Amino acid sequence: MRSLRSTEWSKVEGRLNNLLRNAKEALRKRAPYGPDIDLEEFNFEEEGDVENETIESLPPDLRKAGEAVGIDVNERRVSGTYLQIDGRVLRSTVLKWLRERGLIVAPISEALRKFNWLKDYYWSAIPVDQDKYTAAAEVFRQHGYFIYVPPNVKIEIPVQTCLLMSCHRGAQAVHNIIIADENSELNLITGCATTANRGLHIGVSEFFVKRGARVTFTMIHGWAPEFHVRPRAAVVVEEGGTFVNYYINMHSVKSLQMLPTVIEHRNACSYLTTIVLGRGSAFMDVGGRIIFRGENARGEITSRSVIRDSAKVIMRGQLIAEAQKVRGHLECRGLLLSDSAEAEAIPSLKSKFNDVELTHEAALGRISEEEMIYLMMKGFNEDEATALLVRGFIDAGLQHLPESLRFAAISTLEMAARMAKG
Amino acid sequence: MSNLLEVRDLSVRAGGKEILHGVNLSIREGDVGVLMGPNAAGKSALLKTIMGDPRYEIVRGSILFNGVKINDLKPYERVKLGIALAFQNPPRIGIKLGYFIDKLSEEFGSNADSVIDELGIRQLVGRELFHGFSGGEMKKTELFITLLQRPRLALLDEPDSGVDIDSLSVIASMINRLIDAGSSILLVTHTGHILRYLRRLDVIHVMINGKIVYSGDPSIMEKILRYGYEKFEKYGVVESGRAIK
Repeated sequence: MRSLRSTEWSKVEGRLNNLLRNAKEALRKRAPYGPDIDLEEFNFEEEGDVENETIESLPPDLRKAGEAVGIDVNERRVSGTYLQIDGRVLRSTVLKWLRERGLIVAPISEALRKFNWLKDYYWSAIPVDQDKYTAAAEVFRQHGYFIYVPPNVKIEIPVQTCLLMSCHRGAQAVHNIIIADENSELNLITGCATTANRGLHIGVSEFFVKRGARVTFTMIHGWAPEFHVRPRAAVVVEEGGTFVNYYINMHSVKSLQMLPTVIEHRNACSYLTTIVLGRGSAFMDVGGRIIFRGENARGEITSRSVIRDSAKVIMRGQLIAEAQKVRGHLECRGLLLSDSAEAEAIPSLKSKFNDVELTHEAALGRISEEEMIYLMMKGFNEDEATALLVRGFIDAGLQHLPESLRFAAISTLEMAARMAKG
Repeated sequence: MSNLLEVRDLSVRAGGKEILHGVNLSIREGDVGVLMGPNAAGKSALLKTIMGDPRYEIVRGSILFNGVKINDLKPYERVKLGIALAFQNPPRIGIKLGYFIDKLSEEFGSNADSVIDELGIRQLVGRELFHGFSGGEMKKTELFITLLQRPRLALLDEPDSGVDIDSLSVIASMINRLIDAGSSILLVTHTGHILRYLRRLDVIHVMINGKIVYSGDPSIMEKILRYGYEKFEKYGVVESGRAIK
């Protein structure tokens, strides 16, 4: 037994070494989409310590930035919290009764040391050398969170994770792994924000939704005008599992590119909603991809972009059927609020099977004069009418979120609608 | 009683041609007035002009509300003064009805939640405004919105067109509610179906080809409905009110 164990261990070690080597080789590998970023322009800090602070002890500006992206500072409505600033983990905690039921919220660095089995999941959903950003997350390793929900444990109260950045020209590269074991339920809300004006954020997230489990993942981003953001997410949804993703970005950003990929097995189900407000000279390339690998898998991708100033937003959606009896729908809608705003919708459907139903609709447009006049004749001035129409436009996907998370999403939507007019 | 609304010698252009020609019309505070006329007479155009729709350009004349000229006010400024318009055919609006109701209630400090059930439109609150609404649902929703606005003057554009009998009585009861609340009414109707359900009717105006051809006692209505607008215009009915031709 002893020798077998040590053989297994050396295999694992060998795999980890390979990962690092592959990552190093991929550090200059451009991503297929989005402007290329020179990683050397940014300062990747050393992986910092794991501390145990309270959110309330945060400097006021960071605290405010966190609150603006839905973070519950008093932790009254959450079952656990993970908080990281730049390369330092400030807090990682779980309510006692949920810890006793097996819920884990921990820095991934710590979790990898503690749970040998976690190494099997590490980089198993996303190739480490997918592009320079995934590679950087492995090479520069700056923590990230690990969340585990044991089988049959259903946690309605959300777990919150918060990734903050405060260093000018800083880079944050985190790696998150989320595992919802069989028939469990997890509601996760992530808020990412910054007090620095220029920086790079890379977030690798690997989700494993086991048989019959349900995960909702609400991500609210609040970056700054000189920020580049490259989330890299992949989700494996096993038989009968459900994954709901709701993403909102309403702050300025220099460039944002992401294409989360969901792989669905038999009878699995997923809903991806992306809502962005493109402002200033932002470039955003967002959307999602669902690969239906098992029969009867279902999925929906919804993108809504509101674009003002001279921002450009590309909405990508890909539905790929690799099995029979799959049903998927894709919807991309863009609302342009200025003459120099630009939008592009790139829906794509792919199937080799005859008994599947993949559909899409895409529309780009402006606010119609008729709608404006109607609202003005009901008592709203131009700005109020625009805000109302924007709010109506971005009202999508909320029905898939649990009540406890709708609040944060709705208050962000309200803010986005007010900001749409400038 | 003084005039709440006074339209004086109003000529209006839309889509490159004049569609209202020297219209004179007034509604006193608390009055329930009806504006009748054949299709394309300019009835809706008059209501929209009163409401300040920028697609209708005033070439001559004036609109006074409560003695103040409102020709140059924006639509929402007119709403603030207490004028409301229930559209005949509202456009599709990309806002959920429930959300819109919340915003209006906030704006006008009103609450009419119980009325939603009376009108039978509860099932629509999760839907976007007027997307796939039936004729009756549109009219009911527009009236409900008007109720929320608590107007001094409600302009109701054909609330009875394309509506089944059952809906008609519900719609009429909502208009009666407005009347009871003290709103003055100017109701446009082509067929006059709704009128017999109304609590009261004080004055009738008849518009043909962009002109008011009769203003006065509502009893004239029966004759109009019996003979039709064409004969009414041709031969005139001059027993009461102002003569025509």
